[in-house]
Formats: sequence, structure tokens, C-alpha cells
Amino acid sequence: MKKVTSKERSEFLWGWLFILPTMIGLIVLNIYPMIDTIKQSFYKTGDFGKGNKFVGLANYEKVFGDSEVWQALANTAKYAIVEVPFSIVIALLLAVFLNKKLKGRDAFRTIFFLPMVVAPAAIAMVWKWLYNSNFGLINNTFNIKVNWISDPKIAIFSIAVIGIWSVLGYNMVLFLAGLQEVPRDYYEAASLDGANEWQQLKNITIPLISPTIFFVVVTRIIAAMQVFDLIYMLIDLNNPAWKKTESLVFLFYKYSFEQSKKGYGATVVVVLLAVILILTVIQLIGQKKWVHYE
Amino acid sequence: MKSKKVVYNSFIYIILIIVSITMLIPFVWMFLTAFKTTAETMQVDPFVIVPKVWQTQNFGNVIKAMDFVKLYANTLGMVALRILFAIATATLSGYAFARLQFPGKRFMFALVLLQMMIPVQIFIIPQYVMVSKMHMTNTIWGLLFPGIVTAFGTFLLRQAYMQLPRDLEEAARLDGCNIPQTFLFIMAPLTKSAMVALGIFTAVFAYKDLMWPMIVCPDNRATTLASALAKMNGQYQQKYPELMMAALISCVPMIIIYIFFQKQFIEGIATSGGKL
Repeated sequence: MKKVTSKERSEFLWGWLFILPTMIGLIVLNIYPMIDTIKQSFYKTGDFGKGNKFVGLANYEKVFGDSEVWQALANTAKYAIVEVPFSIVIALLLAVFLNKKLKGRDAFRTIFFLPMVVAPAAIAMVWKWLYNSNFGLINNTFNIKVNWISDPKIAIFSIAVIGIWSVLGYNMVLFLAGLQEVPRDYYEAASLDGANEWQQLKNITIPLISPTIFFVVVTRIIAAMQVFDLIYMLIDLNNPAWKKTESLVFLFYKYSFEQSKKGYGATVVVVLLAVILILTVIQLIGQKKWVHYE
Repeated sequence: MKSKKVVYNSFIYIILIIVSITMLIPFVWMFLTAFKTTAETMQVDPFVIVPKVWQTQNFGNVIKAMDFVKLYANTLGMVALRILFAIATATLSGYAFARLQFPGKRFMFALVLLQMMIPVQIFIIPQYVMVSKMHMTNTIWGLLFPGIVTAFGTFLLRQAYMQLPRDLEEAARLDGCNIPQTFLFIMAPLTKSAMVALGIFTAVFAYKDLMWPMIVCPDNRATTLASALAKMNGQYQQKYPELMMAALISCVPMIIIYIFFQKQFIEGIATSGGKL
């Protein structure tokens, strides 16, 4: 018995010692800041970012009555509604294609994944140039005159296209990993029964990799709701589409760091957290209907 | 039957090639524009694709104007520090969470999971306040700050340790190794691929991040590549050759590293499933 106790004691000691750096870091860098941000959302920041005054729910009342916040929520939602489904469906098809024994498979994979290793700041600059209404490659090639990123009606969708282009390869790589788990004989059996490619995709591939699809959908929605870099880089304050492209995180950045209204910025980010939580919970409930775990 | 398959395969190839072209055109156009004159970029003739005279001096001009040497040093320094801290702290905590039994473990691990599920913006205001109180704005320590520890890395390394067979550890213990010895000499070397995955993930994430360096290192000489691009984007407006040259300079080294280590990159990022 004594031996067990000394083993227990040493595991206790070393266990805590090993997690200590990480836990101290997490508490200082994440847990405390999270509580502090929530606290700040009940305070009003004074002029020049100095002084804090407790205002109760006033920030929240202001947020819910603030048309700019609602517009930003709508813009973020529009971005996500385009980026998430398209990037997932296209990536899934590409993964299915590349899962076959094709020549040049690795080269395609390398190319599709490329945007993932480039800073969105650089990607946004390149696309801003491609989208340029007067001299941009897109308008010139097709001999059209579309204001891709300054027409308030379409700007957010043009940005979503960049989002799709950027994450396509990443989603595809995740799907390819999921497809490796599907036994090849399933497809052989299905072919013998006369199932065509579309039927195989619908009845074998999608149900069998549904846990991967679920993971990608959940993480993509969370990421899309936090879109910032692309919008910050593409839209400047003189852009007529500015109001129709501002995302929630953009608004958070603007209030907290450009206007030094940290209390109000904190409120916006708490609202974002709530929206993300709600979306995730809905998906966790909804998954029972379509995700098949073995 | 056979001809049907050929038709189907060519159809797949056509789609794959179209997508490849779409993925590559922005990079090619960035490269070509980087060596043009501003006047050339404003020609409304889509068939002027290649610069008439390659403006190689654009390279030197942009490097000097934005002090890219300094930007690279800052970015590399931050990335190296973040990798070092992430691997050191996550290896320790990952092992403890996977293999040691101690009271309070479940609660502490719940905190790790909580951090992973919450959007990072919620941490930023207080993190910035801390950095500025410690007078670390415009320093590499300010850039490093949120990356000192990593909940995601802890989770990733924990998974790696959980997959290792238990007998190894028991054999080491029977041979008289204590816990730190078992960890350091037997177990940690077996998780190299997870460490590489975490290292790559950390590097890509840190290099791409825009908001934190903009907030914490607004000074041009102290900031990272991504944040300097954002500044330049505002200043240079319509000077596309300069802008494209800057974008090119900031991403080419990463692309070259990626092409050489693509297997590790793709697997590292995919198996870790991290949010980028």
C-alpha cells in the first residue's frame, strides 16, 4: 500500500508542476481577460480612454439599438452564408476527385493548399488589385465594368469569394483525411450493384465522412463569423461600400482601438461570443439528424 | 464501360486544372505586376501581361522604403519565440494531462478546452492593457505575449501522448526511471511529429496574424510583415507595382519553405485541425 501512496504523491507533484506553466499562462492570458472583457462591457470608458464608470446594462441597450451593430451582424452573416457552404461543397468535390488514384494528385493538392500559407494581408492586396474597377485583371479580361469592392450591393460577396478561394485547400485537406478512412471495397461493391458516381457520393461518401463534414462546418462558421483581415485590408473609409462590409470584429477593432471606447468594444465582442455560442449549440443539436458516428 | 471511364476522368482533370489556374492566377499576377511600372499597370489592354522592361529596381526600392529587413527580423523573432514557448509548455502539460493522475486535473483541462472554444477577440483588450502597462508595446515581447502558452498545443500534445503504448512507460518506471526521466528520455522523443505539427501551426498562425501586431506594435520598425502590409496598403493607394512587390516579398519565403516541406505543412495543419 505504501508504494501506491508514494506513486500517487509523485504523480500529484509532477502533474501539477508540468501543467503549472500552461495553467498560469492560460489564467493570466485568457481566463482573466475573458472575465475582464465581460466586466468591461458593463462599464463606460471615459474620454481619451481614461476612467471607467459602471453603467450596468446601458452598453447592451445601446448595442441592441445601434443600427451600425445590426448592419455589421448582417454583413458578417452574409459573408458566412456565402463563404461557408461554397468553400465546403467545392472542397468536398475536389477531395473526392483527388481521392482517386490520379496522376499529378500531389501537385494539385499543393496548389490548392497554397493560399493557406500566405498572410491574408498579402492575399487581400492582390485581390484588391484584381478587383480594381479601372485597371483590374478581372474587369479587363471580361471587358466589363463592375465595382467589385465599392458597390455596396456586391462588395461583401466579392470579399466572400476571396474567403472561399483562401480556405478551399484547407477544407479539402481535412476532407481528404476523412476519406482515407472510408474502405475502398464499399465503392467496389457499389459499382458492382450499378451505382453511379453521384449515388456513391450521396449514399457512401457523405454519410461515412459526416463527422469530418460536421467538424469542418462548425469550425468554418466560427472562423467566418470572425472575419476581419480581408475586410480591413480591402475597404478603406472612403469606400462607399464601407457600411455594408463592416464585420462585427471590424467594429470591435474600431471601437476598442481606433476610438478607444473599450467598454463598448467589449460589449460588441461579448455579443459576438453569444452569437457564436448559439450557432454552435444549434449545430450540436442538429447534428443528431445527419452525422453518423460508427 | 472503359470509354465512359475515360470521359469521366478527363472531366475530372478539366475541373482540377480550371481550379488550379484559378488558384495560381492571383500569384502570377502579383509577381508580374511587381516588376511593372505604374504606367504599365494603368494600360487598359488586357493583353499587356508581361512587363515590357522588368523593373527590378522595384525590389530594392520597396525593401528600403518599408525596411523589410527589420520586418523580417521582427517576424522571424516572434515566430521563433512563439514556437519555443509553445512546444516547451505544451509538451509538459500535454504529458501531464494524458498520463498523470492528480486532483484538479479535470477542472484544469476544462479550462484548456474553454480557451479553445472562445473567439480570441475576447482576450485582446485586457491583453493589450497588460502589455502597455508593462511597457512592452513596440517590442518583440509584446508580439510574443499572447503566444507564451497554448491551449490548442496542450490539447494536440495530449492526444499524441494518449496514443503511445502504456507498456513503454511502465517498463521505464520498472527500470527505475522517475517521472521526469520517463517523460524526458522515453516519452517526449516519441511525440516529435506532434511537436513539428504544433511548430508549423504556430508559425503559420503567428505569421498570418494581423490584428495583434497592429494593436501592440503600431510602430513601423517594430511590427511584423502582415501589419506593415496593412500600413502600406493605406499609404500607397494606387501604386500597384510597389504594393505587389511588398506582398511578394512578404510571402515568397513562406511559399518556398512550404514547397520544400509541403508534406509536413499539410499534414501538420490538417491533423492538428487547428483554426487558422
